[in-house]
Amino acid sequence: MTGLRGRLHGPSTARHLIRIMPAKGAQVDVIVGGGVVGLSVAWRLAREGRPVTVIDPAPGSGASHAAAGMLAPVSEVTYTEAPLLRLGVASLRRWPAFAAELAADAGLGTTGLEAGGQESPEHAVGLRLAPGAPPGRGLDLRADGTLDVAFGADDLAALEELAAFMDKLGLPVERLTGRECRRLEPMLAPSVRGGLLAPDDAWVNPRRVTAALLTALERRGVPLVRARATGLLHEDGAVVGVRLEPGGEVRGERVVLAAGAWSGGLADVPVRPVKGQIMRLRSPQPLLSRCVRGAVHGSSVYLVPRGDGELVVGATQEEMGFDTKVTAGGLYELLRDARELVPGVTELEVADVVAGLRPGTPDNLPVIGPSGTPGLVYATGHHRGGVLLAPLTTAILLGEESELAALCAPGRFRDLS
Amino acid sequence: MDDLIIAGEKFSSRLIMGTGGAPSLEVLDQALAASGTELTTVAMRRLDPAARGSVLDVLRRRDIKVLPNTAGCFTAGEAVLTARLAREALGTDWVKLEVIADERTLLPDPIETFDAAERLVADGFVVLPYIGDDPALARRLEQAGCAAVMPLGAPIGSGLGIRNPHNIELIVEAASVPVILDAGIGTASDAALAMELGCDAVLLATAVTRAQRPDLMAAAMKEAVRAGRLARQAGRIPRRRYAEASSPMTP
Repeated sequence: MTGLRGRLHGPSTARHLIRIMPAKGAQVDVIVGGGVVGLSVAWRLAREGRPVTVIDPAPGSGASHAAAGMLAPVSEVTYTEAPLLRLGVASLRRWPAFAAELAADAGLGTTGLEAGGQESPEHAVGLRLAPGAPPGRGLDLRADGTLDVAFGADDLAALEELAAFMDKLGLPVERLTGRECRRLEPMLAPSVRGGLLAPDDAWVNPRRVTAALLTALERRGVPLVRARATGLLHEDGAVVGVRLEPGGEVRGERVVLAAGAWSGGLADVPVRPVKGQIMRLRSPQPLLSRCVRGAVHGSSVYLVPRGDGELVVGATQEEMGFDTKVTAGGLYELLRDARELVPGVTELEVADVVAGLRPGTPDNLPVIGPSGTPGLVYATGHHRGGVLLAPLTTAILLGEESELAALCAPGRFRDLS
Repeated sequence: MDDLIIAGEKFSSRLIMGTGGAPSLEVLDQALAASGTELTTVAMRRLDPAARGSVLDVLRRRDIKVLPNTAGCFTAGEAVLTARLAREALGTDWVKLEVIADERTLLPDPIETFDAAERLVADGFVVLPYIGDDPALARRLEQAGCAAVMPLGAPIGSGLGIRNPHNIELIVEAASVPVILDAGIGTASDAALAMELGCDAVLLATAVTRAQRPDLMAAAMKEAVRAGRLARQAGRIPRRRYAEASSPMTP
């Protein structure tokens, strides 16, 4: 066991205190948050031989549980968010190796993917399905691209304008007519007027990723404290650990705050919850072979097919604080738009409806790196991109991506607080 | 530029902003700053007013007055309920009343809007109703006690500009409350035209939030509203069929 340096003391007879103390001289990293980001950071650090401890009352149950897992930096690009595109493309490049190492570490065998050739253009990622690899195994990482389709003439005009912007950025996208879209995806409604194919976009099943990360961490002997962190422990101006509910504390050399939407309540970082409702349908035969997203009269929706027949339909974006109620209106809007795109969805079984909380920041970019306080490091604020950006986040924390790290630097918000 | 006065409250900016469609809070914040707005409308459905770090915090930090709106309501009943919740949560009597007839056009429902306006006025609200470019309805809403009327230039988010300038002029002519051109603005010249037609203010969101450079477009709108107001006050020359020499016939 390489990762275990902290020791879990038995619960005290009086108050069931959890107290984890690092062994003398050891430099334990305490990771607050067991979502895809926190677990990825813990796993990478553990692989580097750093002792880590993870704290989360219910790992993998937050935004990572709700997330669709689109690894789609190209089709999600917006006019004002070129920096986010850079982060997304860089992280997507890291996904195949990240997935392969994770699958091996978790004992999953193949991920179904191999990295592509080296002759790819700048933004191309070049993921390819290994020949004969069955989808649905491992992490269900697939790289068949995203098809962004348009309905009325208005949606098509907006898509055309976006395509011109993508051309300017040198992104590899392909314009398709309505009929070409439907040749790729026969279940699309005949009213689809045209589309853009982003061939390098990929997707993964986030629930399998968090499960694999938990398995990998367990195999490496990383302690997981199933408790809620209620605050940071400060000593002499430095953060030295976290307080737990119902009592007790965990101390370490560094605290990595990866608590997603709850990060803003633990430290002075401008992260707010952005509610997203999302549903999972199940079909005996897959309706789609790639991610499909579209604007239906200006309102956008996406559908993500899984190897196991699941079809994910998402997602609302609501500023509702920590509310996680699934509402009639939220589901109605998802289904209304999904049915316009793919009429066949109405025949599918509803497997799961859930609302998650994305950790939003003022500029939609994550907050990664040392805070202004010694001992406290941020890995939070990933908004809609936690799954996509998890590999890059670990790389930034390990000092492998200094240029991109500047885009995520916590210091950029100082004038806000 | 002279002040805009709504229900006795003074504003030195005649550009009212909306927040819908902004890609991020930071982009919105920069656009609001560039627009110079002092009054901004926020949709109250799907917004928790108590949540930290929301769009409301952005407005508070910039000291911009919040104008809650009832966007997304289809009945007078929903709109009245939404307005009351907003009053309770935000402590303001002001409401931009918006009752939509259908999802495709998002055109306002005149009957539900009038019904809700009557009830809200009776309940002590400062009501700013969003309506079609209908001079008769505008007059009736003013008589019912609304603090302003907000006719559309074109459907919400369409960017089609002012489709019926004549009706907007008729509304302006008859109104003794402020007329605020709401919806349909696509670019700066549309906003300037609204002011040249005699509107007291312009309300817009999409034209800025969905522009490729929202901060630049917000700055353009600020200038356009100001230019249009000054032009209106200056009084335009009559249109002539033939040229009229401007020099040097007269001293």
